[in-house]
Amino acid sequence: MSEPTITLNVTRYRPGKDSAPTVQSYPVPYREDWVVLDALNHIKDQVDGTLSYRWSCRMGVCGSCGMMVNGVPKLTCAAFLRDYYPRPIRVEPLANFPIIRDLVIDISDFLDKLKSVKPWIIRKEEKPVTEGEYRQTPQELEAFHQFTQCINCMLCYAACPVYGLEPKFLGPAAIALGYRYNMDSRDQGKEQRAVIGNHDGIWDCTFVGECSVVCPKDVDPAAAIQRSKVDTTKNWFQSILMPWGQR
Amino acid sequence: MSGTRPEQSKLYHRKMPATWWLKKQSYFLFMLRELSSVFIALFLVVYLVQIYQLTKGPDAYIAFTQKLSSPGWILFHVVVLLFAVYHSITWFQSSAVVLPVRLGERLVPRQTVTALHIVAWAVVSLAVLILFLALKG
Amino acid sequence: MAAEKTTEPFWWGLFSAGGVVAAFLVPIQIIIIGFALPLGWISDGGALYRIWWVKLYIFVLIVLPLYHWAHRFYFTLNDIGLKPIGKLLAVLCYGGAIAGTIVTAWILLKV
Repeated sequence: MSEPTITLNVTRYRPGKDSAPTVQSYPVPYREDWVVLDALNHIKDQVDGTLSYRWSCRMGVCGSCGMMVNGVPKLTCAAFLRDYYPRPIRVEPLANFPIIRDLVIDISDFLDKLKSVKPWIIRKEEKPVTEGEYRQTPQELEAFHQFTQCINCMLCYAACPVYGLEPKFLGPAAIALGYRYNMDSRDQGKEQRAVIGNHDGIWDCTFVGECSVVCPKDVDPAAAIQRSKVDTTKNWFQSILMPWGQR
Repeated sequence: MSGTRPEQSKLYHRKMPATWWLKKQSYFLFMLRELSSVFIALFLVVYLVQIYQLTKGPDAYIAFTQKLSSPGWILFHVVVLLFAVYHSITWFQSSAVVLPVRLGERLVPRQTVTALHIVAWAVVSLAVLILFLALKG
Repeated sequence: MAAEKTTEPFWWGLFSAGGVVAAFLVPIQIIIIGFALPLGWISDGGALYRIWWVKLYIFVLIVLPLYHWAHRFYFTLNDIGLKPIGKLLAVLCYGGAIAGTIVTAWILLKV
């Protein structure tokens, strides 16, 4: 009695040795409760230790294991083999990022962009500890809460054709993160996040909407971007039509 | 705290083809949505040309309207109408995302907001039709 | 990073206004002009275009969606790989909308 198997076709690329990525085929045991990450770990442990990929929590909170599964950006810890069986599964590095090796991509551009939106509470004047804590109503929390759920998995960047065409685009997660702070009632730093309103910020976005479709945490970065466009446009028209009383 | 950047010269950059929008259904539908603006603009140009005929006299206007009854023009307007309706529906869906509606404590579901837009669209369309019939003389 | 001076919000504002006008008002207009009149369901001699507020309505109906087209089409052309000639495309698209605005106003005033 032989165990059922499923085939994973995995991108391989050795920097300095290969001129272009290739595909390597691995049959792995098919288990009902396995995810693609389990299959990759099986390959690494039992079949081919040279395969490189990122992973950590294996439960959808760390954002490390994002890859293209049959052309769709997915967390491999959340992609069940049973949803693809018996057909083979194509596993590729996350789209729109340069490949370092095999399934590992260069995320430095993403990290730079996260930093550029100054993702921390900015006060005009720091409130001393002796004055007590910041208070927030449930409604004030609700205004930005969903945008705090980002796990930096970059699936949204892989899904975004604008980022694929224009690497300078700030991108969904970074803009949603900036929006999260702009909408936080404790924050006073909107003017310092001007990068969001620059040409390669929100204005590159054409509302394809795929970022929100692939987000595993329902952050809805597309909504954050479009709402930022409305806010920025309102402010722009106000500053032109009513230049006095600049807040 | 700074990490080391990967060796830039050994990175592999995958190119995005100009036909990227043909590779996925969602991308293709996005492109159709964007192209709807072209058909809407084309229709409005045709409409403007029709109105322009009035400067040449009432007969020119009627002759132009007659021309629009040919099968070619009817087909044109069928295609334009399909794209215009697709624009309307997707626009109302986008509006629900961009402008969240609150009823007291609760958030109105996006589907409901879209549906309300469609109802308003029907009402407005009817009003325009009635006004046109009343004014045309 | 400092704020760039950008007029993008202006064009996006026009794009949005044009999108709203197109969404609510264009389909019924297509039905009237493309089907009802040519196929004889309704007859019309064009007299209503002499009424001043009808002219205003038609101006908004035609002009705003032109800016909607200009903005959307400009970005679409960029997305299919024509970004290298972006400046030329901007002139053709937004310039086209502006030209359309002037022509529309001129025709409506003449009617």
